[in-house]
Order: sequence, then structure tokens, then C-alpha cells
Amino acid sequence: MDHAIQFDDVSVHYGGKTALRQITLAIPKKQIFGIIGPANSGKTTLLKCINRTLDFTPAARVSGKVVVAGRDVAGFRNVYELRRRVGMVFPLPVGLPLTIYENVAYAPRRAGIHDRAELEVLVEHCLHQAMLWDEVSDRLDMLGTRLSGGQQQRLTLARALSHRPEILCLDEFSIAIDPVTTMKIEDVLLELKEQMTIVLVTNLVQQARRLADRTAFLSAGTLIEEGETEKIFTQPVNRLTERYVNGEFG
Amino acid sequence: MNEPFDAKSSENQYKLLGELTVPLDDSELFTATSVEHWKQVTEKIAWFVCLLATLVLIVPMMAILTYLLVQAWPALSFSFLVENPHNYMTAGGIWAPLVGTFWLVWISLLIAAPVGVLAGVYLNEYARDNWCTRIINLAVVNLAGVPSIIHALFGVGAFVMFAGMGRSLLAASCTLAVMTLPVIITSTREALAAVPRAFREACWNLGASRWQTIRTIVLPNSISGILTGVILQVSRAAGETAPILFTGAVFFSTLPEYGIQAFFPYGLGDRCMALSMHLFTLSTQVRGVTPALQYGTAVVLIGLVLAVNSLSIGLRVYLRSRKKW
Amino acid sequence: MNDQPSTTRRATKRGRARLHAMLQVVLDRTEPAVEWLIRLCGWSAILLVFGIFFFVFREALPMLSGKLNLTEFFTSLEWRPTAEPVPHYGILALLVGTISVTGLAMLMAVPLGLGAAVYISEFSSGRMREILKVLIELLAAIPSVVWGFIGYMVLGPIIIRLTGAPVGVNLLNGSIILALMSVPIIVSVGEDALKAVPDSYREAALSLGASRWEIVYRVLFPAAKNGLLAAVLLGVGRAIGETMAVLMATGHAIQIPHSLVDPIRTLTATIAAELGEAVQGEPHYRVLFVIGLVVFVLTFIVNLTADLVVKGIRNERAV
Repeated sequence: MDHAIQFDDVSVHYGGKTALRQITLAIPKKQIFGIIGPANSGKTTLLKCINRTLDFTPAARVSGKVVVAGRDVAGFRNVYELRRRVGMVFPLPVGLPLTIYENVAYAPRRAGIHDRAELEVLVEHCLHQAMLWDEVSDRLDMLGTRLSGGQQQRLTLARALSHRPEILCLDEFSIAIDPVTTMKIEDVLLELKEQMTIVLVTNLVQQARRLADRTAFLSAGTLIEEGETEKIFTQPVNRLTERYVNGEFG
Repeated sequence: MNEPFDAKSSENQYKLLGELTVPLDDSELFTATSVEHWKQVTEKIAWFVCLLATLVLIVPMMAILTYLLVQAWPALSFSFLVENPHNYMTAGGIWAPLVGTFWLVWISLLIAAPVGVLAGVYLNEYARDNWCTRIINLAVVNLAGVPSIIHALFGVGAFVMFAGMGRSLLAASCTLAVMTLPVIITSTREALAAVPRAFREACWNLGASRWQTIRTIVLPNSISGILTGVILQVSRAAGETAPILFTGAVFFSTLPEYGIQAFFPYGLGDRCMALSMHLFTLSTQVRGVTPALQYGTAVVLIGLVLAVNSLSIGLRVYLRSRKKW
Repeated sequence: MNDQPSTTRRATKRGRARLHAMLQVVLDRTEPAVEWLIRLCGWSAILLVFGIFFFVFREALPMLSGKLNLTEFFTSLEWRPTAEPVPHYGILALLVGTISVTGLAMLMAVPLGLGAAVYISEFSSGRMREILKVLIELLAAIPSVVWGFIGYMVLGPIIIRLTGAPVGVNLLNGSIILALMSVPIIVSVGEDALKAVPDSYREAALSLGASRWEIVYRVLFPAAKNGLLAAVLLGVGRAIGETMAVLMATGHAIQIPHSLVDPIRTLTATIAAELGEAVQGEPHYRVLFVIGLVVFVLTFIVNLTADLVVKGIRNERAV
């Protein structure tokens, strides 16, 4: 129970292709956990294992055990209960074609919160947390899809926070947004760390170094190395890790 | 391949090239050769022939429609629409068949629209790519190709006889509903497929179930596309004759002309008149009808169908102009 | 002064919100039931196809099991269903009627339809293309009984004047009407097939100095031949099954046509004309259902072939 997420010998195959190879990994609570690695190394697949959105890819086969908050994810009979405990932010911002307010209130409503006053407080709180409130407080009934890319990504973050998850997963969230917004969100993440476990998948090595307490390095579906961030960056055990963090391949 | 370089043969090639090379100066560079002339001529001919084919379809059509309108002009008036046919259908208006068509279409819509839309939802949102889905797809395609007279036979066998509805408004509506179902299924599917998958995935990640996602995001954003298909169904159902011929339509029935009763003249178990059937009857079954009356009925039927179709086309154009993403 | 309306408005708004919330709860609770309903509706298409076959077959069965001489049925020219004491059920003339009117219609519709499809897809652009497509769509929307009416009232007299034929409703009339009816489907499916050919093919051919016409018949026709074939087949399917238009425009004479202006009768028109008079359960009534089966099987084969041809293209593309 001392870890937020545990992967126990997890492998994932898409048809004949292996995406993850026997990953065993423990992610501690209330820290930022960085996952780095070159393209196609299975980082996103790893995240999808956590909230079982891999179910929507019919070709994927999962073996091994993923434990979230002490429970095997395969054992959740109500998978929505699991997904509500895990917030997800994906590389490309997707504002739902609803108003900004409805975007953030979407998940709580689906979880059965319909009290108007409660929702209003929650929406404002989440937008504050995602540092979007000041920019949109006067136009909450505008379509979420009309926001700029950076704003939409923060909207996505606010939405991911709206069901008060215990775990927040971010998948290369800074790909589609400008550096200033990226810095803003990074500050947010450092604050949020007090309240929840954050899994940060990134292809920006320095971002992981700035934010993460611990870091894991994946390559071609295999876990190469995992440890304290400083140690990974200054004295890596594996030669491959060293070359990657120094930018020699990727 | 690794033969020694043959100086002689390469020399020959140069010579050959030399003979073929046409000396070009600026004035000749862009002069068309005879081949190119020929190309231009064939292209013109092809263009003309294809244009002719298109015009042969459209111009006589316009001419015929105009002719129908001109012939019908003496009969067309407000009273033509709201009067019942009388004097053995040789005089009067078309109110009774008009109301009959309205109820036939409306009831068939009530049956076909929910089933068709839900079937479209199933095929686009739930069905995995397996043999069962493939059979359903095949069934939809074939259902769309079943001739209307077969639908009529089916209606007689299934609704009139087997289900015991008798020849009635209900049986005819059910037959029309079956006939228009594939149109609704196909257009619903297309409308749903136009909603990006990313929206669905975002919802699933927020802990929404499939049904919640469909209800809150997918359907609201495809409803107008679905409506387009449903409206097309209306136009098709309004014009069909064969399927209702033996399942519920009647040549003639006497109806109240005034008051609220004029709008609800038929019970579900009654036979009813229909505009398409009325046109058939007027033009082939009854003697001594003035042509204006026949043409008038035809024009109203065409007008009705084209109006509904234009509505659908307009909705589609409007849709394209306001996308939310 | 402004206070009262705004409070009532807020109250109704709150009321609506509460209603909405309740609705959401109800919709969430009923999710399993709804999913089953959706699944059931999805399967309804299969059910209906089998249902159609089953119910038509069911009515035809008593005749099929022995009472009907199938050799006579398909080879005899005698269609006298009400003759006493021995009725004759031979559909050869009707079959020939259907085939001749469909064939003649296709002879006109295929060149016209493909020509129009090529024009719309390759030679026109922008607004013109949109207008033409809408017009073709409207052409498709005209109900078959109106086509029949046009054939009977408008085209008939024209044919009499031009050819001197004794009756205006005949093979020629019916096939012109059928051609006009099946052209829209040929145009729209054919145009889809041409549009599905990647633009890179056109660009490659253009850069090699091909004219537009050369592109059409050297590049597009070979590349889209399956789609065009499917378009023609769907047109044939529509023409075979058409009822009201041929009922009104072909003249109702049970004979094998010897000239273009001979009146004929088709399978579908026979059903439509006689089902109303046939007594339910009598052999005549059941034979009409047997004819229905013949039409059903014919169109089923044509449509299935078209579908397979289209699937064929998709598989080729995928490889």
C-alpha cells in the first residue's frame, strides 16, 4: 500500500508486435514520477494500462498485473470507478464541443454530482488549479473548442483534475503548446504534487529533470533503468541511459 | 552487366541521337505537334459528349417539370388542397389523400426513426469488426436494394396477414417503415462517424461510460446529420406507392371536410387514401377526370417531395457552415 | 422593477437544471437496458432481411410444394391465372418483358450516367459541380408513380406522334422512363468511384502530358472500373425491381416484344396489377408471391454482386 501504482511483470502485445516487455515498476505516492524514452518505446501504452483505456484498442493483449491503490486494475468490475481515480492529459489538447464550464463539469456530472452550487465551486477551483481561471472567467459559456491550443491544454488539465483524481497522468503534454504555457503548467504540477501522485511521460529530458523526483527510462518496450532523478541524470548505471540523457540518441 | 565499355556501340548511340534530335529555336519550342493537336481535339470532343450526357438528363427533366406545372396551373389553388375529392373523384381537391399521406409518413417515421438511429449507433459505436458485424452490414446493403413491390408482398404476408392488422393505416405505415429503415441506418452511421474519435477517448478517460459518451457528446454533435437522413426518409415514404397499394391504401373514402375531424380522419385500423395512390388512381383507373386535376395532383406530390428534399439539402449546407471544431 | 422577472427566470432555470439532473440520473440507471435495446436494433436489419424472405416464401410455399409445375412456370408463354377450368401460370413473357425493358433502359442509362458522372467529377468544378449534384439528387427524389404518370401522360403521346405506333405506352416508353429513374444512382455511385481514384494519379498523368480525356479513359476508367461496374449493377437492380413506373408506362400486354413500340408487361407490374384482385389463399394469389420470390432473388443476386465488386476494390486498395 505504500505505492500508488505497481506494475508487476506487465507485457503488452498489439497483434504480433510487442509494445511492452515484462515491466516491473513501483511508483511512489505523492511524487512526480518521470518516464522518459525515445519515440515508440511504449510510454503511452504504459499510461493506458493504468486506467485500462487499452480496452478500447481491440488488438491489444495485456499480461501481468497492474495495481493501482492496492487493487488489481483487471479486477475492477466497474472500470469507470477506476478511471475516475486517474486523471489523464494527452499530447494533443481535445476540448470537447461543449462550453468551457460544461467541459470541466463533465466528469463530475457523469459521476453523479448534479448540485449546481457544488459544481460551480468545483469548476472554479479546477480552473484556478490549471491556471486558466483568469483568462476565461468572463466567458465560461464559450465553446471549449474555440480556445487556443495552450488554453485548451490547460482546459484538459482542469478537466482531468475535476474528478479529484488520486493519480494524474500526463502524456507529453507540452508537445502542442508554447514554452510560456509549458512553464506555467510545470509550476502547477509542482504544487499539485502535495495532493496527488503525478506520472509525467515526456520526451523532453530536461523537463523530467526539472520536475521529477524519480525517473524511469524506457526503450523499445523495455524498462532500462529507474531511480532517483538526480542519479539517473548524473550517474546512470546503464550506458544506454547515459547516452539518452546526454542527448546522443532519441 | 560488367562487360567492358564498348566505345563503338556508344558512339553509334550518339549518332542515332544526333539524327533524332530536332534543332529547336525559340519560335518552335512551343509549337504544337500534330499529336498534341489531336489531343486537344479529342479532349474537346470528350468534354462536349459528357456535357451533352449531363444536359440530356437535366434539360428534358426541367422541361417536363415546367410542362407539368403549366398543365396543372388551372387546378392549383388553395381550395384544391383543402377540398375532398367528389363526383367519383372527377372533381374537388386532394385533402383526403394529403392527410392520408401525412399520417402514413408520420407513423412510419415514428417506427423507423428510433430503430434506425439506434441501429446506426450500434453499428458505429458498439459493433466490433467481426463476422456478425459484416453480416449486419451486408443485410443493410441488401435491405436498401429490396424492390418496393417485394416490400409490399412482405407487408401483406407479415403485417396484414400474420400480425392480423388487416389492410390498415398501421400495416401500411409499418411496411413503409421497413422500406426506409436502411436509409436512416446508413445516414446515421455516416453522421456518427464524422464525430472525431478523440472526443470519445477524452470522455472515456474522464470516466464516462460508452452510453454516457454517446448521449452527451456523440449524439448532440451528429444530430443534424442524422436529421438529414430522417428527412430523406420522409421524402421517400411520401412518394412510394407499391408498398401501400395492398397494405392499407384505398382508392376512395368519404371524409369529413370541416372541423377538427378533417385533420384526424383515419383510425389506425382504417384504410386511408394517399397522394401517390391517388395520382395512380386518377390517371389510370378513373374515367372522365379533367387533366388539370391529374397534373395538379402530380405537381403537389412532386412539390411535396422536392420541398422535403431541399430542406434536407439546405440542412446539410447549413451544417457544413457551422462546425464546432 | 427588474427584480421580479429575473428571479422567476432564475427559478425556472433552476427548475430546468434540476429536471436535467434527474434525467441524467435516469439515463445512467437505465444504461444496461438501453445498450440491449441498441444491440437489438442493430440486429434488426438481419432480422428484416430474413423476415422478408420468410414471409414472402411462406405465402408462396403451398404452390411451390408440388402444385406448381416449375418447368411450365419458367418456359410457358401462357399467363392465364384466372382461366377455367385450368389456369396457366407461365412467366416467360413476363420475364422477357422485364429483361427487355431493363436491358433497353440500361442501353440508354449507362452511357448517359457514366458521361454525366465523368462530366461532374472531371470536367466541372466548384459551384457548377455542386449545382449539378443537387439537380441529380432531386432527379432521384421524384417518386416512381410520378415517373409513371409522365410516361403515361407526357411521353406516350410524343411517342405516338413520332413513331406512329398505335399505343404510346410500350417497351420504348417504359425503358426511357426506367433509364431516367436509374441514371441518378449510376451518376452518384459512379462519381464516388471516380472521386476515389487518388489525385496523385491525375497529377502524374497530367505531368506526362496527357490530356484530360486521356486521363479519363487511360487512367480513371481502369482504376475505377470496379466502382463503375457496381454503379451499373445498382442501376440494373433498381430497374428490375421498379414497379409503379413500368406498370403505368409499358402497356400491359403479355407478349414477347418484336419491335421497340410493342407493349409489354413485367414481373413486378403483374404483381401490382393482380394482387388486388386475387383472392387471398387461392393459387393465383400464391403464384404472385412466387413471382415476388423470383424478383427478390434476381435483385438480391444483382445487389450482392455489386456489393462484392465494391468490396473487391477496397481489398485491392488495402493490399
